[in-house]
Parts: sequence; structure tokens; C-alpha cells
Amino acid sequence: MSQPFIHLSEVRKTFKSKKEEFLAVSEVTFDVEVGELISIVGPSGCGKTTVLKILAGIHSYEGGTVRVGNDEQTFNPSKDIGMVFQQPLLLKWRKILDNVMLPAEILGLPRKEALDRARYLLDMVGLHGFEDKYPNELSGGMQQRTSIARALVHDPKLILMDEPFGALDALTREKMNLELLRIWEESKKTILFVTHGIQEAVFLGSRVIVLTSGPARMADNLLIDLPYPRTLDMKTHEAFGKFTRHIYKHMGMN
Amino acid sequence: MNDMSKRLGQYGLIVLVHLGVVLIWHIAIKVSEIPDYVMPTPGATLMSLGEDYGWWHNTVITGMEVYGGYGLAIVVGVAMALIFNWFRPVETMLMPLMVSLNMIPKVALGPLFIVWFSYGVGSNILISFSICLLPILLTMERGLKEVDPDLIDLVRTLNASRWQIFIKIQLPGALPYLFSGMKVATVLSVAGAIVGEFIASEEGLGYLMMQVQVTMDTAAMFMGVLLITLIGVILYFFVLLLEYFVVGKTNAVN
Repeated sequence: MSQPFIHLSEVRKTFKSKKEEFLAVSEVTFDVEVGELISIVGPSGCGKTTVLKILAGIHSYEGGTVRVGNDEQTFNPSKDIGMVFQQPLLLKWRKILDNVMLPAEILGLPRKEALDRARYLLDMVGLHGFEDKYPNELSGGMQQRTSIARALVHDPKLILMDEPFGALDALTREKMNLELLRIWEESKKTILFVTHGIQEAVFLGSRVIVLTSGPARMADNLLIDLPYPRTLDMKTHEAFGKFTRHIYKHMGMN
Repeated sequence: MNDMSKRLGQYGLIVLVHLGVVLIWHIAIKVSEIPDYVMPTPGATLMSLGEDYGWWHNTVITGMEVYGGYGLAIVVGVAMALIFNWFRPVETMLMPLMVSLNMIPKVALGPLFIVWFSYGVGSNILISFSICLLPILLTMERGLKEVDPDLIDLVRTLNASRWQIFIKIQLPGALPYLFSGMKVATVLSVAGAIVGEFIASEEGLGYLMMQVQVTMDTAAMFMGVLLITLIGVILYFFVLLLEYFVVGKTNAVN
């Protein structure tokens, strides 16, 4: 049997302040296959972002194992990660196209091909015609689309998203969820999607990793067997409600 | 076209307001019959240019002091901000000192500078420099720090070098801050040079004003003030122009 693309086992991380140790992540164990879209859900302070940053190589960890890449798909941590945060984090002095180009410039990819790819990606995220605009000329949703295109421009194998739609209004957020599913199906990327929205987690993920706080630990790895492509009216299905209720219980809410 | 005429209208208004002030000045003196040696008319002020006060020479001297001190402050201030940013221990050690130094009324150092460096263009450049340095250093230092830590994380996952982070993210982000410091410093640089000339000098517009004060030649004193102001206005104009070309409209502070 071949190895999974991502393998985390018993991952543990503590933050030390002067007086005490604070357990940020413990008992986190899950696998991700190539091309999966996995949601990680939990209340604030449960270490969701920490798990993401451990995978990105930004944070160290004290216990357990973390492995990304397998025989089928190799993984180079300095080239194969695309990140999207809650804030779009665009450079306001750069045009939209040049913002998308940033990772390609840093990695020193051939400019002409990268420009073609950046244009193609802006088309894909629905921003055709906005290449020469500046970030402040775009709405919050459009800025976040730009940052998704930026995360894809160097063709990474793993996309890490940290509450990417958390700052958007509810309606834009629903639209962006549908957009993300479309982008995911088109780009066939492996995506880890961190959110504190239980509905969002279930709607997007093929599986939902549930983390709880106090103490931080992993509570569940829930398979969401709703078919793709997913539609908004699935949210009213009985099965959808069953999943969300199950997660609410983990959070101690009935 | 519409934009153009709107802008012309704005400039027209600026000119009109200034001419209006001159007109009110003229009428007020004519009506109130204030004697010439207390308050000259705009006409008398202008006529003083025709007399042999060495206007050109004195204006050039003061201009050299203002621009020299200002230019030196930019070079040294920016260099110090970069050193502070690159070598954090240096910053930790020296920054509190800089903040205390900023509280010294720099013009009070004028007499000391003249004791140390003798009087003349050189020491007036130093007075102007010392008064401009801190606003430029402090704003640039602050600007270099204004980077979202998430954005740094994002480019770190791409193995961005320190130089890439500096040239692509930190420096362009810091420029609007630097320009706000430079604008504050324009007014200060003129004040610094003139105070130096007041304390001890044998040329420059400040020196000239002290000379004609003895004979109550207020027209020449007014002309002196106008020329000093002009030196400052030209500097400010160039800073605005430079800001427009370097920073543009899109990268202003918030």
C-alpha cells in the first residue's frame, strides 16, 4: 500500500511563555491523500493555525511525526506550498497581476511563462480585466480571489488556507465557497482549509478534522460522504445536518 | 478633459487666494495709514529687491544651508534606519536614546555648534541637519517595521532571502512613511538654517534681516521672509513631486 501524501502522527506543540507552558497542539493524527480538500475546524485558540504553520515549516513541533510527499508526488517545502490567509495581504503598490507574480519572482521562475500562468489564474478566479488595477480598487472578495491566484502561481502541490473567508460578509463567503470548490476541481490541488465555521467546514471538505480547545487535542476525523460537485441546497439535506450536529457536540454545544 | 479643467480650476483658486491676501495687505495699509517703517506695502516690499542688499548671494547661501542640511539628514537618517532594522541589538540599544534626543529643542544647540565648528555655512548646515534628522529617522524606522507577519510567513515558505523581503516588501512599504517624515522636515530645515544665521553669521538671508533691522528697513525684512519662505516652498514642492513619482497615488499611508 502506498503512503499518504501528508502524514501527521501524534503531533504535539507547546508555546513557552516566561512562567508557563501552553499546550497548543496535541494528539493530532491524520493523513491526507493527493488532491483531497480537507477542512480543519475548531474554536479559536485550539491550534488550527498552528497545525497549518507546522505543515508549512514555519513552526517547529516537539513530538510526533510530520511527513509531506510520497513516491507518487514528491514535495519540496520551499516551492510546493501556497498560502492564503484571512487578510489578502496584497502589496498595495503593485498591480493585481504583479501581486500574483510575487511567488514566481521570489522563486526566480521564468518570467514569461509565469506571466501567462498568472493571467490564466486571474481568469480562473474570475478577475479577467482586473490585471492592471490596484488592490484598493477591488472589493474584499476580489482581493481574496487575487490572493488565491497568488497561492497557485508557482504551481505548488499543497495549498494551506487559514480562515481565508473569515473577513468577508456572509453572502460573499457563500459565493467564495462555491468558487473555491470550482477552483479546487479545476486545479486538482491538495487543499487544507482551516476555519471556525462548522457549516463551511462540512460544505467544503471531503473530510473534516475536528480540533477542540482546553486542552488542545484532535477530537475527530469525520468523513463527509456528500458527493461533489456540491450545491448550496445540500446544506438543507438531512445528511448535512447530521454532520454539523455531530461536530457541534464535539464543541460541547447541543 | 474634465479632470484637466478641474485641476486647472484648483490651481487657479490657489493663485487667487494668494493674490487676495496681497490685495488685502495693500488695502489695509493704505486705509489705516500705518507708517512704512512698521509695515511696508506689498509694492514697497517688492521695490526693495531693486536695492543693493546682495539678495542673490544671500539667498544662495541660505539655500545651500537649507538644502545641504536637509539632504544630509535624509542620507544619514535613512542609513541609520536601515542599520537599526538590520541589526536589532543596535536598535534596542540606541532607539531610546534617539527618542530622548528628539526631545531636545535642536535650535538650543545652535550656540554650541558655533563654538565647536565656528560660524559659517558649514555649521548652519549642521544645525539644519540636526533638526531634520530625527523625524526622518523615526518615520523610516517605523515604516520598515510595518509589515504584516503573515506576509513574512508567506514569503518564508518560498524561501525568500532577506534581501528579497527587503527590496520587494519592506522598502516599498516604508516609502510612504519616509515621505511623511520628509515633509515635516522641510519646515524644520529652513528654521534650522535661519536660526543659525541669527546666532552668528556674515552672510545669508537671516544675517541680512538682522542687518536691516537696525535701520528699521521693514520692506527688506519682509522681502527676506518671503525669500526664506520661497526656499522652503521649492523644497516642499520637490518632495511632493518626488513622492508622486516614487510612491504614486496607490501607496499612500492608509
